[in-house]
Order: sequence, then structure tokens, then C-alpha cells
Amino acid sequence: MKPGSRLKSAACDTEAVVIRCGEGTVQCGGAPMTEGGSETADLSGDFAAGSIVGKRYVDEAGTVELLCVKPGKGSMALDGVALVLKEAKPLPASD
Amino acid sequence: MNLALFLEMAAGAAPDRVALVCDGKRWTYSELDAAAHGACALIRASGASHVALLDESSEAAVIALFGAALAGVPYCPLNYRLPDADLSALLSRITPALVVGDVSRLERLSADAGHTVYPRSEFTLAALEAVAGSEVPDAGEGIAIQLFTSGTTAAPKAAILRHANLVSYILGTVDFASADEADAALVSVPPYHIAGIAALVSSIYAQRRIVLLPSFAPEDWLKLVDAEKVSNAFVVPTMLSRIIQAMDKGVRADVSSLRAIAYGGGKMPLELIHHALDLFAECGFTNAYGLTETSSTVALLGPEEHRRAHAASDPAQRARLASVGKPLPTIELEIRDEDGRVLPVGQAGEIYVRGDQVSGEYRERSALDADGWFPTRDAGYLDADGYLFLAGRADDVIVRGGENISPGEIEDVLLDHPAITDVAAVAVASHEWGEAVGIAVVVRGGCEQPAEAELRELVRARLRSSRVPEKIIFAPSLPYNEMGKLLRREIKALLAG
Repeated sequence: MKPGSRLKSAACDTEAVVIRCGEGTVQCGGAPMTEGGSETADLSGDFAAGSIVGKRYVDEAGTVELLCVKPGKGSMALDGVALVLKEAKPLPASD
Repeated sequence: MNLALFLEMAAGAAPDRVALVCDGKRWTYSELDAAAHGACALIRASGASHVALLDESSEAAVIALFGAALAGVPYCPLNYRLPDADLSALLSRITPALVVGDVSRLERLSADAGHTVYPRSEFTLAALEAVAGSEVPDAGEGIAIQLFTSGTTAAPKAAILRHANLVSYILGTVDFASADEADAALVSVPPYHIAGIAALVSSIYAQRRIVLLPSFAPEDWLKLVDAEKVSNAFVVPTMLSRIIQAMDKGVRADVSSLRAIAYGGGKMPLELIHHALDLFAECGFTNAYGLTETSSTVALLGPEEHRRAHAASDPAQRARLASVGKPLPTIELEIRDEDGRVLPVGQAGEIYVRGDQVSGEYRERSALDADGWFPTRDAGYLDADGYLFLAGRADDVIVRGGENISPGEIEDVLLDHPAITDVAAVAVASHEWGEAVGIAVVVRGGCEQPAEAELRELVRARLRSSRVPEKIIFAPSLPYNEMGKLLRREIKALLAG
């Protein structure tokens, strides 16, 4: 996994592109996300808040940052801790 | 991350939504994305090291930009307004290229250079018909864009922007799919300018319909706003001035759909922006400051700040309209002196910026310092509230006997003279001081040419004796490039002659 890699959820439709990565396992819907995307897993009720296309997700420490490019029912996590939405103050269009 | 992912995301989220309108033809996100993948196949098959555009804006610019990104080859839009000799020199720096656009001119300039050439319509057709490979390469740190700088002070430099720079700029400033389906952005800056490229990528990521105006004329701009119900536009100050002149002359157009006008690329005259704020009373204005080397905007003055300064009676509040605003949250900005020391609030020096969107790189070398700071060569200062004010190019500073003189301070004083409509101050050679101040003055139509002694006295009284021009010439007009940038190099030559 490296910046630019596309990860797929095994438990739902979620796809994300890696913006920043570090140590640890990225998961979605409770199961590890993979680059191939051939694995399947059941959606865990603890990680079923959903992902939103175009939003960036980060962990508390800022180790990983993922851009959701396809939404799904699962929520993404790093080593079992749910990622949070990276909120940015909207800027006026400048170009 | 590869820049082309943004077009794929837009096509995935809203395949049938109109992405771009040019010359009456409408393109959806999925059509553009398919054409970009086809273009990638053409580029790979050609073996080109660069993809060049020698053409006005059209859908081909978008297809070439994203096709080149997919193929991992730099996209290099060229200034078709350059004279043959200059263009020929640039072409020889990007051989072999796949060139889209003016085929006959290209054959005249470099017939046997090994370029692959396509007229615009053939390129678009071939891209739509080409069988696209499905796998998108990871561009990593690869070069997305190579832009030759306008060369107002020296020979053009080949500035490069990596995928990582542009991706970071877009992610930091635009929310994906944040535009309403009715929104439309009118793009009238040329395709070889960073603002023209940033406008395409930002609009596609926001899913704001792009309305292209290939060749700017104020009447056409107004007509397109009306016809396409344009909500957003980016202009350079000279465009805004000409649009307002056309409206004053009675060109009729319904511009009530316009909600946001962003401007940049040159100094905005205060009188003009006040007038524009009155005329487009419902519009939000944004002043964007940025450079090619910083992937476009690094600081901006937003709509509320414009309205507040416009309505204020306090001179200090009103003065803020002359500011380019505050740095983006993702940008660090410092003002430094010639020895690299950070200057306090209110003191002018060179503007340094740092951030992931800042490339600061040229083909030949990187201009970044060891800590990743980019010296912009723009002079400026920050006020107590963190607003940035520009004070010309650092290279334009006149050094008279060790004293640094900013041309802007002299020009501002002279522009207060009722008979002067335009003026530029540049360095002239001086035996006594090394450099001294020279000015080129344009007299307002219908006014008598002021005496040289009168102009010298005006500067002496308002500034000080070191600022007094040693040499004065009068000219019918000053030389500007098509983006409204003053060509100081040419004025220096005039004064030296």
C-alpha cells in the first residue's frame, strides 16, 4: 500500500485511494481492505456507518488518510479504530 | 495519486452530467473520461515525451491534459501568441512531442523534429475511437504539467508541477461534487496559463459545468454568461475592465446568474474593483494570488472581506481591498529580507511559501531551499491581521546607491496626477548611483503633457529625493502581455535607448 493505491472493501462497495499511509491495517466494515478486492467478508455492525464519496478520512494520529472514491455501507478503520471525516473549512472558488 | 483520478471520480459519480460546453457542443463526464483514456493510448503509441497543446481552449485541452496524466507524460500547453522564433525554441525543448492544434504552423516551425501532430478535431475523434487500456498507472511523483513561464523578466523557464502538487492543491481547496447541477464556471483565460489549468481541474472535481470561451472578447463573455446562466467566472483585471466598459457602452446581457467572480494574475486597480462591486452588487468577489510554481492560488481575499472593505469609510479598512488576502490553511507564508531573516509585520521583503502544492521546480533545478520554502521573487508585506499585500516583483526593485526602491510607490504617486493614465518606474543605469529611477509616462487623452520638472517635484514632495526620476520618457502606451502583465523588460529597453 502506498499513496495512490486504490483499496477495496471486502464487506461493502466502498473504494478509497490512499493519500497518506503508515503502519497498521486499513479496514472497512470490519474486514481488511485490499488492492485486489477479490476477498469477501460480512459487514460488521460496529463498522457500518457508511462512507461518503469525495470525503477524506483520517485517524486521530494522522497516520493514514484515505479519499473515498466509491461509497459503501461500511466505515473505514485503522487497526480496529474507526477513521474520522477530515473536515475542511469551505473556501470560495478561486479559479 | 494520479490527477486523472479526479476525472474518473466525476465520471463515476455523475456519468451523464454535462461537464463542459464549448462552441455549443456539450460533453458529459463519461465522454471526457473515455476520450482521456483513448488519448492515453494514442500518446503511448506515439512514444512522445511530452503532450503539447498549440491551440485555444477547447475540449481537446481537457482530453490532452487528462490523457497525458494517464499516460504518465507531462502536458505542456504552449502560448500560441508567441512569435515563431520563440515558439520554435520552446518546441525544441520538448522533442519528441505529441502536438495538438495548429498543424500548419507547427510544420513551418519544426517540420522534421519527429513530433506527432494532430489537428484539434482529429485528435478528439481519434481519442474517442482509440481502444483504451484499462489500468491507470500510479503517477506517484511524476510530472503532470510543464509550463513555460511568461518570461517578462528573462527567458522562459520550464516550470514543472507534479501530480502530487496538483492533487494536494485540489484536495485542499475544493470539495468533491460540491457544485449544484445548475452551476457553471466560465473559463476565459488561455489554456497555457496556470489559472486556465486550475480552473479545469477544480471545476471537474467540484462537478461544476465548464463553459469555455476560447478567445476573450467582452461582448462574447457577457453573451455566454447570459446564454449558459453562468454562476462563476475567473478573470484577469484587464478582462474585468473591458467587460465593464462594454456594459457601460450598452451591451445588453442578463448577468443575474453570476454569483462569484474570482480574479488574479495582475494588479487590480482600486477604482476598478470598487466599480465592479457596485455594478455586480449580488456577486461575491475573490482575489486569488498564486504563481505557476505554486499550482495556482496560495492566498485569497474572500467575498465578505471585499464587501466589508468596499462599504467601510475608515481608510485602513478600505485599504484592505488592495490586499490579496490571507494564505490558504494548507500554506505557510513568510516575508524575508535579503539575508533570509523573517521580517516583522508591516515590513516589506520577499514572499516565501511552503506547502504540498508548492513545486518550486524547474526542469533545470529546484528553487526550493533546504527546508522546502519557495522564494516567489514577489515582494510584499503582511499587516497586523495577517493580510498579504504585494509590492511588485523582487527583481523589479531599483537599487539606488544601496537603497531599495519599489517601483510601485513611485507609480502610485504619479498615478494621482490628473494628466497621467499609466506609468511604469524601472531601473536605469547611473554613473553616480549604479541604478536610478526612470519612468515611462502615458498622458491621458485630451490632457496636456506635464512638464518633467513638475513630475519630479511631485515625487520629491510626496516621497523623497532618492525616488525622483532621473530619466523621463513619454509613450503612447505601455507594453503588456495578453494576461495584462506589464513587460518591464521592454520598458527598461525603451529608457536605455
